[in-house]
Amino acid sequence: MTPKTTHPAYNVYLQQLSREKRLIKYGQSIIFICFFAFWEISSRLHWIDPLIFSSPSRVVNLMVRYLLDGSLWFHMRITVFETLAGFFIGTIAGVILAFFLWYSKRFSAIVDPYLVVFNALPKVALGPIIIVALGPGYSSIITMGAIICVIVSALVVYNGFHEVDANYIKVLQSFGASKWQNFKEAILPASLPTIISTFKVNVGLSWVGVIVGEFLVASKGLGYLIVYGFQVFNFTLVLYSLVLIAFLAALMYQGVAYFEKWLLKKLR
Amino acid sequence: MSYLELASISHYYFNEKHCTHALDNISFQVEKGHFISLLGPSGCGKTTLLSIIAQLINPTEGTIKLKGLPIDQQNIAIGYMLQQDYLFPWKTILDNVCIGPKIRREWVTGDYDKAKGLLTKVGLTDIANKYPDQLSGGMRQRVALARTLMTDPALLLLDEPFSALDFQTKLILEAFMIDMLKDYQKTSLLVTHDIGEAIAMSDDIFLMKANPGAIHSHISVPEQVRNLSPIEARKHPEYHQLFDQIWKEMNQLDTENDASRV
Ligand SMILES: Nc1ncnc2c1ncn2[C@@H]1O[C@H](COP(=O)(O)OP(=O)(O)O)[C@@H](O)[C@H]1O
Ligand SMILES: [Mg+2]
Repeated sequence: MTPKTTHPAYNVYLQQLSREKRLIKYGQSIIFICFFAFWEISSRLHWIDPLIFSSPSRVVNLMVRYLLDGSLWFHMRITVFETLAGFFIGTIAGVILAFFLWYSKRFSAIVDPYLVVFNALPKVALGPIIIVALGPGYSSIITMGAIICVIVSALVVYNGFHEVDANYIKVLQSFGASKWQNFKEAILPASLPTIISTFKVNVGLSWVGVIVGEFLVASKGLGYLIVYGFQVFNFTLVLYSLVLIAFLAALMYQGVAYFEKWLLKKLR
Repeated sequence: MSYLELASISHYYFNEKHCTHALDNISFQVEKGHFISLLGPSGCGKTTLLSIIAQLINPTEGTIKLKGLPIDQQNIAIGYMLQQDYLFPWKTILDNVCIGPKIRREWVTGDYDKAKGLLTKVGLTDIANKYPDQLSGGMRQRVALARTLMTDPALLLLDEPFSALDFQTKLILEAFMIDMLKDYQKTSLLVTHDIGEAIAMSDDIFLMKANPGAIHSHISVPEQVRNLSPIEARKHPEYHQLFDQIWKEMNQLDTENDASRV
């Protein structure tokens, strides 16, 4: 620890810093308020078609109603569960695949062209096939959420495995370590930061997979509400779902970001 | 019969485009308890040779015997120290020191005490539960030494273990290492490109040349210098004489090497 010192100029610096932070907060609030105010006003004055674009007050009314009758919680719960399940399954499967790629050079060489193709493929295009194969239910939707992030995380993590300093392996091998011991003692712990760094990306990807999956088959969930609202021309419902998804996705992203920070700190 | 015998070791690295001749027909013998240096410019195959002795790679040709038997037919521990400590940053010092027996599946309950004893021996107390990044470079290399000694290695291979340290730390650690190894009667091979270090620490020096890597000459360090600590040895007149001799020989080799390249 360096000893605590201070200087009059330091206080000035701190004041400027907090002023700057305050200005940024103001700016952000102004954008937020202006956006919703403008939306509300233009809808009321019929600058935009209220039937299509709804208005914040209608969305809020709907939200309150659904909150009270429990349907908000019901649909939200399903989608969040599917997303988390897709995220965990996709990430873990990706790490396991990366392990096999690392473990056997031959395996990695054999599957390489397939990985390239599969990685380039827009995974949501597989939706109909997954649904036909697994039936229209949770499992299809979760698979959509998982499959969309599995290959890319496998490739990123596999890369991370390769970047581990070979001299750590040399140390272990000088004690006669097996390949599995190399993995357990050096490769995996050294790559944990890389693995964790895929979390944030994966959670976003899982949302995409799950929402598309719900578009295709579901009879519940936020993605379903969007499609349903669209079909019955209830755009207040569509926008309500959208707002909820934006909020939840941001929350989950922040949660993963905090988790990442916490884990990295713990690993230090 | 010598303790360690290398007979006609040659090594080639293969890849799709090249076949690199890294070592050519290396033979030498080491007596038990002796300290040998392999001195040569970088790229002359020193690391390759140590890796072969440590059985990390198989030589293309040749055999290695320890105590008269082929080394790969015995389950013996060989200690290997690298340029840097390569302590695992996520393990405590104690767990780092204990990794050898755990990997070798020879772990017994008394080993924690043994590890703590070794840490005290290398001059480190009260750090068992710290992490490597809380230690200085010299301390970390001492921990690495303790880790290496933990498996009671029959042979110690040192691949420029002092090269990443500042000069003062290096001198202190050299002296310390020699004392430790004498205590434990370890047979050691040190790889270095530092002439002074080779003279100050060794009983015998093998001078290597590059392209392909081979033993050029064998130099025996005079008795008077041998028995001094590395710091004292550096002040002895015989040290300077030997330094000059090796310096000239290495320069000669260098010129020959350059000439053969064009
Ligand atoms: N894994 C490898 N594949 C191909 N060539 C290698 C490999 N490792 C070392 N070499 C080559 O072998 C020669 C000796 O290398 P090395 O043993 O590392 O020398 P030193 O330790 O004396 O610097 C060098 O020419 C180097 O390029
Ligand atoms: Mg080397």
